[in-house]
Amino acid sequence: MVDFLTSTIGLSGWLAWTLAATVSAVLILNVIAGGALVFIWAERKVSARIQDRLGPTRTGGRFGWLQSLADGIKLLAKEDLMPEGADGMLFRLAPYVSFCASFCAFIALPFAFDVVGQRLNVAVFFVVAVLGLEVFGVILAGYASASKWSLFGAMREAAQVVSYEVPLGMCVVVPVMLAGSMDMVTIAEKQAGWFWNWYVFHDPFTFVIFWVYVTCAVASVNRAPFDLAEAESELVAGFHTEYSGLRWSYFFMAEYGSMFLVSAMAAVLFLGGWNGPIPVATLLGFSEGTGDTAPYLIRLLGLANLVGKASLGVIIMMWIRWTLPRLRIDQVMTTCLKYCTPIAAVMFAGAMLWQIGLPGGLIPGAGRPGGEIREGWLEGPGGRAAAPPAADESRDVARVAP
Amino acid sequence: MTPTIPMADLVAGGLLPLAAINFHTLFFLLFAAIACGAAVAVVAADNVVRMALFLVLSLAATAGLFFLAGAEFVGAMQLMIYVGGTLVLLVFGVMLTAQAPFVTMKSAGGDRLLAGFVGVALLAMLVLAGLSVPAWRQPASGTVPEPTATPLGMALVGVRVDQPPAGQPVDAVRSGYLLPFEIVSVHLLVVLVGAAYLARAKRRKTPRAIEVAASVEPPEAVAEHAAIGRTRAAASVLTGEPS
Repeated sequence: MVDFLTSTIGLSGWLAWTLAATVSAVLILNVIAGGALVFIWAERKVSARIQDRLGPTRTGGRFGWLQSLADGIKLLAKEDLMPEGADGMLFRLAPYVSFCASFCAFIALPFAFDVVGQRLNVAVFFVVAVLGLEVFGVILAGYASASKWSLFGAMREAAQVVSYEVPLGMCVVVPVMLAGSMDMVTIAEKQAGWFWNWYVFHDPFTFVIFWVYVTCAVASVNRAPFDLAEAESELVAGFHTEYSGLRWSYFFMAEYGSMFLVSAMAAVLFLGGWNGPIPVATLLGFSEGTGDTAPYLIRLLGLANLVGKASLGVIIMMWIRWTLPRLRIDQVMTTCLKYCTPIAAVMFAGAMLWQIGLPGGLIPGAGRPGGEIREGWLEGPGGRAAAPPAADESRDVARVAP
Repeated sequence: MTPTIPMADLVAGGLLPLAAINFHTLFFLLFAAIACGAAVAVVAADNVVRMALFLVLSLAATAGLFFLAGAEFVGAMQLMIYVGGTLVLLVFGVMLTAQAPFVTMKSAGGDRLLAGFVGVALLAMLVLAGLSVPAWRQPASGTVPEPTATPLGMALVGVRVDQPPAGQPVDAVRSGYLLPFEIVSVHLLVVLVGAAYLARAKRRKTPRAIEVAASVEPPEAVAEHAAIGRTRAAASVLTGEPS
């Protein structure tokens, strides 16, 4: 985008950078805020259908599709309360810390080929690291509220998130190992083609580890059945007991943003990213080279594909939430430490052995793209220009790697 | 990040001084100021959670410096390890110190003076040491190659792609960091096992309260005891106390 602004429109360097950064930031902000509106409405409808109700039906005509907006206006107009004994600075700051962590993680998330805020070489690692910061806002909120319910919720959340980072990290490492890169764009492009190229279908171990990832992802964003930090039945509302109005809604935006983020990450790491179950663009004959509009169409299709997969993930999280009862804190810890972590470790070793033993998959030559080529193979006209050292490096990696 | 083409448009022409700013230096100074200011605030704050907040801010700004320098892997590492570690520190800090809400910790004036003296001395030594390296006083030589974590990973398993010896293929060099890494890992594992041993719940051999209650008390009391037992079990997970 900076290249486009500097060379085609002719803006100067700093203006182009500022504009590009602003556009990216505003788009990501809209994904989080707009996504939260849509998903809150969807959550109402999904929960209602699961409980044999109708959910919102009136606001905005059919299906109550304006319900979230009405909620938002209500939250804006609500009185902003702060407990008398609260630590004012931390209490005010906490929602923004949560929201910023969620927002920052989106920077490295690719939405389609090269449609990414900032393409990072270590994108997967960055997202996992930043996502862990969200809990910091929750702890601050719980501590600063000067309420025992809030503090209980915050402490539970801290214990839970710190524990679940371990199996989550192990799950995330497997696609990184298969792709030979931590760049999310590369990982997704390695799964191009039909759905049997997806890493979830790479071998039996990755199939299992995908479900471990789902469990850990649900736990790490504090959705039911792992929402011990809120636990209405015992802790009033957990860490956000004392919050109201706009600050409360920041926590919710952060939560829905994180849900979308971990779903999109599942899509990129295991479900082929923007490469559909059926490679529509390839079947229609689109490629980067054909015509002026083809690259845009490819990206548009990819965008729809990824957002669709991520939204499906969010819907599944809602389905889980309204189906399963909440776990106790000791059960949450047991699930993490006694089940998820060992399973993830064994599956990681299994996937590694599979990769050594059967590098071409069960059916050799079944069209797994770029089996021999590692990082840097994507660098074409659309991507960053390949520097000669990077090319050397990729050759070395390909030779050393099994 | 430098302007590559001449000022073609009027807008930029009108705001020419902005183009003269070195944005790399500007962001460096910004992150550095945040890191240093927050570090001072950690010392100056008197509440353990505020200290943790400033510590996180300082460490995150340091991560920003790493990202600015193109060391993305180190930056993400900084976020993962230090900021995540501060989180655990914070939890322990709250659990160990919070006898009452919002405990403030004031240090005596003499302590502050002494700490200030030691801090200034250390800073002076670091600055002098830094300035005494001649290469660090030169402007950095421009281009960084495309940052990638692959050389780091390869160096870990003993393939130094950055330093191939003359006349040898690259993967003949085996001076990796795998052995030190494994030694550190085993060390950490030992520490982990030791910590788990120290913090284990000391189980008594007596029958559990709920079973005793079930044998002598009416059903309502049993339910009540069960509820208490559950709460204690939940609390014990958090605090590490034997239930």
